[in-house]
Amino acid sequence: MFALYVGVAVAILLIVLNIVLSKISFPKEGRILAIIIVLVGYIYWGFEPFAHHEMHPHVEEASFAFDGKQDVAALEHEGKDATETKAFWASVLKTAEHKGDAVAGKTLFTANCTACHSMKSEGFAELMSDADAAASYGVTPPDLSLAGKIYDRNFLIAFIANPVKAMHIEHKYSAGGEKVFPMPASDSLQPQEIVSIVAYMVEAASKVPAPKVKEGASEFEISKAANKEVFETACGRCHAMGYAGIQARTPADAMSKYIGATPPDLSQYIRSRGDHYLHNFINDPQRKLHGTGMPRVGLNEKAQEQVVEYMTQVGDSKKDEREALGPKVLIYLAILALFSFLWKRKIWKDLH
Amino acid sequence: MAEFEKANSIGEWFDQRLNVKAFTKVMMTEYWIPKNINFLWAMGALLVMLFKLLLITGIFLLMYYKPDVNLAFDSVNYTIMQEVGYGWLFRNIHGVGASVVFLIIYIHMFTAIYYGSYKKGREMIWLSGMLLFVLFSAEGFSGYMLPWGQMSYWAAYVITEIFGGIPFIGDELVVWIRGNFYVADATLTRFFMLHVLLIPIAIIGAIAFHFYTLRFPHVNNEEGEFFDYHAESKKYLAGDKAHSKVIAFWPDFLSKDIMVIALFMVFFFYLVFYNNGFAMDPVNFDKADSMKTPAHIYPEWYFLWSYEVLRGFFFEIGGISGKDLGLMAFGFAQGIFLVLPWLDRSPMVKPANQRPVFKYWFWLLMADLFVLTIFGKLPPTGINAWVGFFSSITFLGLFISLPFLSKIEAKMAGGK
Ligand code: HEM
Repeated sequence: MFALYVGVAVAILLIVLNIVLSKISFPKEGRILAIIIVLVGYIYWGFEPFAHHEMHPHVEEASFAFDGKQDVAALEHEGKDATETKAFWASVLKTAEHKGDAVAGKTLFTANCTACHSMKSEGFAELMSDADAAASYGVTPPDLSLAGKIYDRNFLIAFIANPVKAMHIEHKYSAGGEKVFPMPASDSLQPQEIVSIVAYMVEAASKVPAPKVKEGASEFEISKAANKEVFETACGRCHAMGYAGIQARTPADAMSKYIGATPPDLSQYIRSRGDHYLHNFINDPQRKLHGTGMPRVGLNEKAQEQVVEYMTQVGDSKKDEREALGPKVLIYLAILALFSFLWKRKIWKDLH
Repeated sequence: MAEFEKANSIGEWFDQRLNVKAFTKVMMTEYWIPKNINFLWAMGALLVMLFKLLLITGIFLLMYYKPDVNLAFDSVNYTIMQEVGYGWLFRNIHGVGASVVFLIIYIHMFTAIYYGSYKKGREMIWLSGMLLFVLFSAEGFSGYMLPWGQMSYWAAYVITEIFGGIPFIGDELVVWIRGNFYVADATLTRFFMLHVLLIPIAIIGAIAFHFYTLRFPHVNNEEGEFFDYHAESKKYLAGDKAHSKVIAFWPDFLSKDIMVIALFMVFFFYLVFYNNGFAMDPVNFDKADSMKTPAHIYPEWYFLWSYEVLRGFFFEIGGISGKDLGLMAFGFAQGIFLVLPWLDRSPMVKPANQRPVFKYWFWLLMADLFVLTIFGKLPPTGINAWVGFFSSITFLGLFISLPFLSKIEAKMAGGK
């Protein structure tokens, strides 16, 4: 209906415009041009921004606080009981107030995490191949070398305490449901111990050197290599990126058993979804795609930007070239238009 | 064989063999155009320019494109967009050009309707123009299928499905068009053939024919005035260009066309570089997947109005299902513009705003087409479905009533 009201407004605008312009004896061709511009503008607005707005309802913008507020709000919005979720995030924030001890964290990490997870940068190797790991856990567990750098601290605390809640996928792994998330919630760890593990991960990640690039690599290649590392850790266990030669670490058949669908290849997602959508989606997939099997991975703002930038560098690799060439072509054409105008004026001088 | 003297210049050499001088006169310097026209008369030349751009970029794309359901998507989105030098530029020009050519076709068409340039001797211009419209539509539709994205696939599915509604032969016809029971590799390769061979050849022929039809009636002018071209051209040739009502095709008319084209190219290339999402739908950057129907299926913007006429009838009326009614209305909408010269029975050749009845008809039609276009993209639920229904009814009503309304106008204009 809104589009119709705008249409009526456009019609009135046109009538007024026409009257005013003829009153001030504006050149007739200018008047025709003005009418066409208004009409084309209206129809463009209608089938592009307006239609997109109607087809893709607005959602909350990405938030990197990881304090559970949006989860609670979403539950309340649906009229569901949010007390448990509220209590969980309150305890997470309480835990986060503790100060971690990286040395103690390392011991705890070795005892609690390395049975399943590798952390290659610290010498904790993988215990099985990706395919075997996928077969035994359902999905290949992540290597944690970069975890302390790319995931938000609150998120990591929440995750160790209760992975399913942190990732916002209770609908897949409800308590007492038939599916069980491969990583157990850690009922035995004390808040102080959790923060120490996180402190150790942060320290370990800070020691990981920047990825190697070949001698004389351009700025683009350096940033692409750094972004790729984040992408592979955060997304590459489940998603492929064919145009960059990246295969998902978990084999496709294991993946579809694990999640009920094969996660898409992300090569062209920067074009098909656009960066605004991707930012909102990655931050919390449930927000854009209610019921999806993709978890919230808990990237902090910088890491998420790196992921989206990487998707641009792979999916829209000529963006820089395009943006550099654009102004040159437009300036050339503007000059051409000027000359053609002068030539036309010269020819038409005799005709009037 | 005639005696040939030795030529004194290259020009003369060609003139002896090809009669170049006389040819240039007939086609260019003594091909008369009315002076009383505005930039809307440059749309035809602009269309020629856009067609050239499409042809040239299309030839480059053709060197790398692979018409195979397993290869098509990546050959476009990876090979052409990322590997080939400036492949992205060619594709953007081609994609944006295909969309913008329809904008200009519509402006060109409605200019003709507004000024009454389809009647009183100009019927063949109109008919050849409509032929071009049909050919461009087929070209646009077949081209949209080639990248084999989700929208390519599903638009092809929905549009070919429409033919299934034709009585008796519908089901067989759909299979015949698709070359398979569903949209598949055979569908892609045949539409590829149509897009790069048959339709472009037909378009080139139709453009030549369109130009030929323009020759005798001459183009219309801002006031719909009929005058003596012979007398006016004499004045022009005698040097009184200022008082003659005609100008020469070259250089007078074309100098203005070229100016309009050059100005338009600035805008066009702005779209090519910075705003091409309207022409290259994001959904089409997902590979075609016959198992996954997109949430919203819609055609390119320039087909939305007729798509909405198709969808507008969503309930049974008088025992005929909404689907069949929609199909009939759709058929009507496709064909009705063709016979416009015979629906408008008023003898007036004047800008719409100077015609007592037609002006309301014209602007109502414009408003209705805008509504149809905008609602053609929105999901047809709730109030949207009803807006679609009433605007479709209005569309049919406008064309059914035109013969009567224009007859009334004819009487008002002096009972002729
Ligand atoms: C891409 C395809 C087309 C090309 C290249 C083309 C080209 C031209 C050219 C160069 C002219 C003369 C200059 C002018 O008035 O602009 C013209 C006139 C005309 N065209 Fe087209 N045209 C095309 C499509 C159409 C269509 C779709 C229609 C409508 C059905 C149409 C109807 C007319 C009419 C009625 C005129 C005469 C205008 C007048 O007398 O003032 N043309 N066309």
